[in-house]
Amino acid sequence: MYKFLAQRNNLIGWMLASPLFIVLVLFLILPIIMIVIVSFWGATEFSIYPAFQWDNYEFLFSSSVTYSVFLKTFMYAFITWVITLILGFTIAYYLAFHIKSLTWQIALFLLCTIPFWTSNIIRMISWIPFLGRNGIANETLIGLGLISEPVEWLLFSDFAVILAFVHLYTLFMVVPIFNTMMRIDHSLLEAARDAGANGFQTLVNVIIPLCKPGIMIGSIFVVTLVMGDFITVRFMSGSQSANVGRLISNDVGLLQYPSASATAVVLLLTVLITIGIMLRFVNIRKEL
Amino acid sequence: MSNNTELELVALTKLYGDTKAVDSIGLKIPKASYTCLLGPSGCGKSSTLRMIAGHEIATEGDIILGGKNITNLAPAERGTAMMFQNYALFPHLSVLDNVAFSMKIKNVEKSERHKKAKEMLELVDMDQYAERFPEQLSGGQQQRVALARALITRPSILLLDEPLSALDPFLRLKMRVELKKLQRSLGISFVHVTHSQDEAMALADQIVVMHDGKIEQAGSPIEVFNKPATEFIAKFMGGHNVVSNQGQLQAIRSDKITISKKAKASKDGLVSFASRIEEIEYLGTNVQVSAKNDALGDIIINLSDQTFFKTPFEIGDSVFLSWKAEDVQMLPN
Repeated sequence: MYKFLAQRNNLIGWMLASPLFIVLVLFLILPIIMIVIVSFWGATEFSIYPAFQWDNYEFLFSSSVTYSVFLKTFMYAFITWVITLILGFTIAYYLAFHIKSLTWQIALFLLCTIPFWTSNIIRMISWIPFLGRNGIANETLIGLGLISEPVEWLLFSDFAVILAFVHLYTLFMVVPIFNTMMRIDHSLLEAARDAGANGFQTLVNVIIPLCKPGIMIGSIFVVTLVMGDFITVRFMSGSQSANVGRLISNDVGLLQYPSASATAVVLLLTVLITIGIMLRFVNIRKEL
Repeated sequence: MSNNTELELVALTKLYGDTKAVDSIGLKIPKASYTCLLGPSGCGKSSTLRMIAGHEIATEGDIILGGKNITNLAPAERGTAMMFQNYALFPHLSVLDNVAFSMKIKNVEKSERHKKAKEMLELVDMDQYAERFPEQLSGGQQQRVALARALITRPSILLLDEPLSALDPFLRLKMRVELKKLQRSLGISFVHVTHSQDEAMALADQIVVMHDGKIEQAGSPIEVFNKPATEFIAKFMGGHNVVSNQGQLQAIRSDKITISKKAKASKDGLVSFASRIEEIEYLGTNVQVSAKNDALGDIIINLSDQTFFKTPFEIGDSVFLSWKAEDVQMLPN
């Protein structure tokens, strides 16, 4: 009887886990396996054919474009990460420790999410009239007499790309950091003050160490999102810059699926290795 | 740890908006003494402690420690140290680093601060746990670490905010004894906030009973228990019956009352009241009897089990309750 029940529980356990399992297999594992398989296929100008050859990877690693594009991708990811981290931490700190009433905390937090009510493409495009040659930013600066002729690098530049990334992804940094900060017992801050710590020492010795898991989760969000992006770079750089995502999307546009797959596999491994390195520094399990 | 460390509170007041959490209290805490601030929640005892610690700034009044006005100083400049209710140990630091925290803030070299922290841990008998993290310790062990962390700053007064409330009853008794021992051996003052009168009675040299932001009575446990100044104290300390006898509010200790079948002659200042027994509870070493008198209302009598079983009573018996006039404590109406 007992054995039967145990088996039954076992079965129920499998059944409860199966919907997620099936979804993940169908929509994550199988496509990735497919991409890996296709990355070994061959292609001509007008056809692709099943094969097992390293041509795509050989081409990828022998091209100097690959390295410069990967470098650019890392640069975007790194700069965006630094800026969103500083912004996100500051905003979360303000919300968690300076706003005393829960109602205001919730209200201001919701305010942060308002940009997410529109699609990210619209949010990106809305920068164009602002940053353009005759846009609001340039007009205002000229009006104030700060510059005599329009600044060219505001739009269709790396500046614009990173600005858009920061705008799009800062919230992904705010949320997990805010979450960890809200769990910090305020008596810990008093204990630090009791031991003679000033605000900065409390920040460095108590708050930042306790926020590490949140910082790490936010960092993973931002780094993966930026490294996988292609549309922001295309729109905001005016097709003048390229990252790995654009490389892949160009290949797809030219129906060069094997080459696109190979690039995708390399990008996936790169992102996984990056996250792996980040996870060596912090144990985020405590947070989950 | 200096010797002249008498603490004095002068007309100390704390307002939160319009509510007076602490209402112009005055109190002297002698050096090397154990004082308990006792009262129900919301009576202002924690606010008082936090003002002494410097985690709340007094709205009015002064706090004087060892002849120095510390009312507006930062917590670490006062010569006080606080032990928090839930101990507030830093979860990301080992026991050793928790204890050494205040020295790290002062930029003391690592080897030196670890040496000092080890000494402190030895004092509270926790040196073998130095490398552990707070989450790996039991409640009692966490408390010892919190004690060591507070004491490493060499305070002249240690402030304890409900230090025993997070412990299970058995451990609470054990730590209570250790706190008292530690206070005696260190020779500094402890100020201990609690809502448990047992704890206060067992520990304190001076009990300060607070109610509605005011001090109702301050004195030795014997004074406070035997001569409650107000109805509130008599009820809060327990073990007392508060009755209104001919318009006069009186407190009578429940163990000073005797029960008899017949009325006792009212000589030697003995007073008797006809009553009916309503409830009997056997509590082991003693027996608690509830009786009702038509004029005085419900009265609790606490008898030793020997006394009770010599002449046992049943529920519903008509009896006489007697007590000596000298055992009656008059209370302000």
